Amino acid sequence: MAEAMITINRAGHSYDGRRWQYRALDLTVTRGEVVAVLGPNGRGKSTLLRSIVGLNRPSAGSIATSGPVGFVPQDFSAPFSYSVLDIVLMGRARHIHALGVPGKRDIAIARKALATLGIEDFAERGFDTLSGGERQLALIARALASECPILLLDEPASALDLKNQDLVLGFIRQIAGIGGLTVVFTTHQPNHALAVADRALLMGEGDSYRIGTLAEVMTEANLAALYHLPVRMISYAEDDVELITFAPTFRSQFERARAERHDGQEP
Amino acid sequence: MSRSAAAGSLRPGLVIAILALLLLLAALVSLGLGRYEIPPLRVVQILFSGILPADAGLSEIERNVVLNVRLPRILTAIFAGAGLALCGAALQGVFRNPLVGPHIIGVSSGAAFGGTLAILLSASQSLLLLLAFAFGVLSLLMVYALHALVGRRNMLALVLAGVIIGGFFGALVSLAQYLADTEEKLPRIVFWLLGSFATADYEKLRLMLGPLLIGGVLLILLRWRINILSLGDDDAQALGISVAGTRWLILVLIGLVVSAQVAVSGVIGWVGLVVPHIARMLVGPDHRPLLPASLIAGALYMVLIDDLARTMTDSEIPLGILTALLGAPIFVLIFFRSQRGGRDG
Repeated sequence: MAEAMITINRAGHSYDGRRWQYRALDLTVTRGEVVAVLGPNGRGKSTLLRSIVGLNRPSAGSIATSGPVGFVPQDFSAPFSYSVLDIVLMGRARHIHALGVPGKRDIAIARKALATLGIEDFAERGFDTLSGGERQLALIARALASECPILLLDEPASALDLKNQDLVLGFIRQIAGIGGLTVVFTTHQPNHALAVADRALLMGEGDSYRIGTLAEVMTEANLAALYHLPVRMISYAEDDVELITFAPTFRSQFERARAERHDGQEP
Repeated sequence: MSRSAAAGSLRPGLVIAILALLLLLAALVSLGLGRYEIPPLRVVQILFSGILPADAGLSEIERNVVLNVRLPRILTAIFAGAGLALCGAALQGVFRNPLVGPHIIGVSSGAAFGGTLAILLSASQSLLLLLAFAFGVLSLLMVYALHALVGRRNMLALVLAGVIIGGFFGALVSLAQYLADTEEKLPRIVFWLLGSFATADYEKLRLMLGPLLIGGVLLILLRWRINILSLGDDDAQALGISVAGTRWLILVLIGLVVSAQVAVSGVIGWVGLVVPHIARMLVGPDHRPLLPASLIAGALYMVLIDDLARTMTDSEIPLGILTALLGAPIFVLIFFRSQRGGRDG
């Protein structure tokens, strides 16, 4: 049995004691594992990540991590125009004494993290001059520079173009597979889960959670139930790639409405 | 075009060195300024007269004016300005807001009340310092207590607590003024509150130096932590630092420095607000160069303001009036600049 890095035991979180962001959740994530968290908006995905990082205490149950946790927020804005390198350097906070400043080694690690994400040319640029996608890459670089064994990413690819989505997904696979990091990320792209995750957590209504390997939980029926949408899985057998897509419902609704209108016009 | 960490074209280290040089020059010139004018070169001779073999031609009056009257005053101005600007820069970082100054956490008002109370009670000079200092720290503790009572302990609650406590001590200052006899004590209170280095001497300098050095040195050492705190509570905590603990440590240090300054030279506004902005334009927003740059720029600014205060008219103009009269238009300029250029820095 692999070493447990995140142990979530009947945990739940509620801001007011009535409405639960997530509830009675059990999940153990082992070293080197990648877990994707999926679910509709407002189902507590981000709250769950924040609980694991320690930004909010679970209102019920317990969450334990064995080691420091690096966190990549969806986005954030710096109040001052720090350079990208300054921002990435701040990932080193755990390793630097309260009365100290980053040294040569920290700067080297930060620059290496920037290079890993392909944005070493941005080092001296102002963080606030970056696009949303570039900021996401910089924040991932900051988490990488923190050298935490556990990495949580909140929709890490939400603002990225296709090429950078590919870069970040490859990065996640690499740090988990080769680096042995434990990764949990939220996403609204089932394909991203298919591409890099070992397991997926589907956060359905109430506390109906499905946790399992991709083959177990990433099924048409589960995803259709999760999003209340007709969802299709398409396999490209020759490339051994599976894709998930949905048939937009507005089209059928539109057709129905038009049909009804035509019905009404008939004598 | 990139607007990088160093907003100016010069490297931060060089800017700081230039500022330090300017401060040295300004201090030397200021030592010669006044009703009894002494050229800067002669000032240097006098300063070194204790170490070097006595130079003929240095009169005892010149020595006395420079060493016993002007030197403690200018040193007090240097330390007060440095402390205020340093605190302002640290506060703006901790509160993630370039519009706050040392008054925002209520310390100035608390210290002001302590001093006012001392004058009202005809207390001695050293008791005045002690009371100003004690009430400055007390106001900080009250802000802390009030903040702790609020459920959600965020930055806004802290600012609000500071405003409430500041307002409370402001009212007590007014009450003390109302109760003071108009012949002697009221004018003393008013002039003390307006801020001045006119009564500076080595004794006062010595009293303010302890808290100022402790607070100042630790704040400078914490300069990179202030970078992290400025990202916001959640982000800073996720980066693995103790947000509440570090923030309170910084606030206590600021309380020390500001109380010491108010105790010696009264309430001097605007310096802690304006100077960090100027420093940010020179060296960028990174608190590693920003804090030392603010410190030196604050000292320079205060020395120049004090020069104006004591040479513009026959009678001295209170510092609080000058810093506000100069600070407001400078701040307007900064405001327009930052609004045009997007973010400040």
